[in-house]
Amino acid sequence: MSTDNALLKEVSQQEYKHGFVTDIEADAIAPGLSEDVVRLISSKKDEPQWLLDWRLKAYRHWLTLEEPEWHNVHYPPINYQDTIYYSAPKQQPKLNSLDEVDPKLLETYEKLGIPLEEQKVLSGVAVDAVFDSVSVATTYKETLEKEGVIFGPFSEAVHRFPELVKKYLGSVVPYTDNFFATLNSAVFSDGSFCYIPKGVRCPLELSTYFRINAQNTGQFERTLIIAEEGSYVSYLEGCTAPKRDENQLHAAVVELVAMKDAQIKYSTVQNWYPGDADGKGGIFNFVTKRGACRGDNSKISWTQVETGSAITWKYPSVILQGDHSVGEFYSVAVTANHQQADTGTKMIHIGKNTKSTIISKGISAGQGQNNYRGLVKIQKGATNARNFSQCDSLLIGDRCGAHTFPYIEVRNTTSKVEHEASTSKVGEDQIYYCRQRGLPTEDAVNMIVNGFCKEVYAELPMEFAVEARKLLSVSLEGSVG
Amino acid sequence: MLEIKNLHARSDDTEILRGINLQVSAGEVHAIMGPNGSGKSTLAHVLAGREDYEVTQGEVLYEGKDLLEMEVEERAANGLFMAYQYPVEIPGVSNKYFLKAAMNSIRKYHKQPLIDTMDFLELLKEKMKLLGMEKNMMERSVNEGFSGGEKKRNEILQMAMLQPKLAVLDETDSGLDIDALRIVADGVNTLRSPERAIIVVTHYQRLLDYIVPDKVHVLAEGQIARSGDKSLAMELEKDGYAFLETAAAH
Repeated sequence: MSTDNALLKEVSQQEYKHGFVTDIEADAIAPGLSEDVVRLISSKKDEPQWLLDWRLKAYRHWLTLEEPEWHNVHYPPINYQDTIYYSAPKQQPKLNSLDEVDPKLLETYEKLGIPLEEQKVLSGVAVDAVFDSVSVATTYKETLEKEGVIFGPFSEAVHRFPELVKKYLGSVVPYTDNFFATLNSAVFSDGSFCYIPKGVRCPLELSTYFRINAQNTGQFERTLIIAEEGSYVSYLEGCTAPKRDENQLHAAVVELVAMKDAQIKYSTVQNWYPGDADGKGGIFNFVTKRGACRGDNSKISWTQVETGSAITWKYPSVILQGDHSVGEFYSVAVTANHQQADTGTKMIHIGKNTKSTIISKGISAGQGQNNYRGLVKIQKGATNARNFSQCDSLLIGDRCGAHTFPYIEVRNTTSKVEHEASTSKVGEDQIYYCRQRGLPTEDAVNMIVNGFCKEVYAELPMEFAVEARKLLSVSLEGSVG
Repeated sequence: MLEIKNLHARSDDTEILRGINLQVSAGEVHAIMGPNGSGKSTLAHVLAGREDYEVTQGEVLYEGKDLLEMEVEERAANGLFMAYQYPVEIPGVSNKYFLKAAMNSIRKYHKQPLIDTMDFLELLKEKMKLLGMEKNMMERSVNEGFSGGEKKRNEILQMAMLQPKLAVLDETDSGLDIDALRIVADGVNTLRSPERAIIVVTHYQRLLDYIVPDKVHVLAEGQIARSGDKSLAMELEKDGYAFLETAAAH
């Protein structure tokens, strides 16, 4: 066992792969939060009055809220007056092509393995790159606009499509929703906006890469996706963040709206900086993600692979309003070292014959703590609603923990709700068996863990599945001693 | 090929192996028999390198090298294979993927190029046919939901694919009906060769009707109580292990 311990030590001291800092002059405002700061953010973005009013309403409401404490994660108190609420890389006022983008930015993307130029040519994926808070480059926009698809920075959409933004902003996650969503509503900096018109099947998989860069800058992204009747869109969100010693607050909001017969597939690979082996640093990730199946036969699928962050707090949910609408949640959450995750979903069945599926795979290693928290709610009118939930936990080592908090509320007797849960350990037996066939311990663990996550990977777009496997093996390196 | 000298091993505080001496040469098939608790399986696992056992005394030379100094996967890469009495399940990992990963790990160890997928599939098809296995077995997760017989057959398939130099079969006959036993034995027999040695650990003589051993050893209380040729196994079949008690009385 001694060699394994040495390996554990060696790998756990390994530097976070994406932990580098790009040296770009940042246009940041002083730390702290006040009405003036909210006004300043709004004016920097040259926002219309209605949006400023909305932000201010959120801010005033936020002042009345207490930070939630019901979750099973523990962290030192966050001083919201120490956080910087706006930071944008300095750049030329208008960008007509990628050539005008700060070369250092492009370099950063290359280090992350997402060269925009190449992506443009090779992958057929349109990338709206959010660097810190302001979108600096958008590709494929024209191709998309030919189909009538709108995809771009949120701040731009506010000016170009004010009616759409006004109509849907806060319609799924109201500014009063919860402490972190309300904070986001007051100070959100930028994000992505996506609109798929009636009957259009979005020709590209849409993706955005978020990246926290400036030190001590909270990230308050806001994403809004609207799929009109009979449309389809697959949206990929991937995150990596540079290494930091101080905790960084991240409170994003994502709203999805699916009309009749529309389908939205939202996939996330989250790899924010998790903190070092002693639990120092790392991102605090408090995210509110929710989709509304407004129309009949609509469908929203959330697929997430969460490997990063010191704290992950997110419950991508679906409100099943339309009859025959479908909600899905597929999740892999990994907590290694001192990471903590409290994640799951909410499926709210309102319409008749609505259906939801929840597949959650929690993996704990080191001293990681993994919580599944989910709510399945069947309203009175949701005749013949169906839910199937499966929550599996995998433990690696004996210092980690897995907890499951399923909440089920049923108000309709014709509905059917199934919940299955399991907890297993990566067995010494399994590892021994693999090693006897020639596989080194690390490879054996990777194989066993990947097998465990198989059902979720199957839901990811191909390139994401590959990335997810890589991330998982990096996250779990040296976790077996 | 294999030389075991005065091997003592224990698990927790119980001494299980108490001075085993055994020599196995290339080309030979040895059967290790003995009553329950005599240390047969422990011997197999100590050879494979299971960490639950502590070797307190003695040495094991494998092709002249100190086997006990080698990691489990190193022993495997050097041609030691063990067919498990209770093969382990690995949910979500297909049998095919597992086999290929194992073959490639061994190739990597020897700095050989990875196996070509088409060659792999061709080889797999051939070996599966030999063992009368259904094609869909390869798409299923490793040993998950397999019947006892399927698991054992799967072990032999892995052995046939990995082509070990020294194969240790731990109670491979347990849980097999007579047809399955014959198929498994045929699989083992095709692997018999002048370069290869096989150790068959078994409680019953019946497997030895199909895999005829060159030497038979009877293990009792962690030591080899008797050694002989195939006739020893026949004798055990007739009289059982009662002679051990007679021997102990003296």
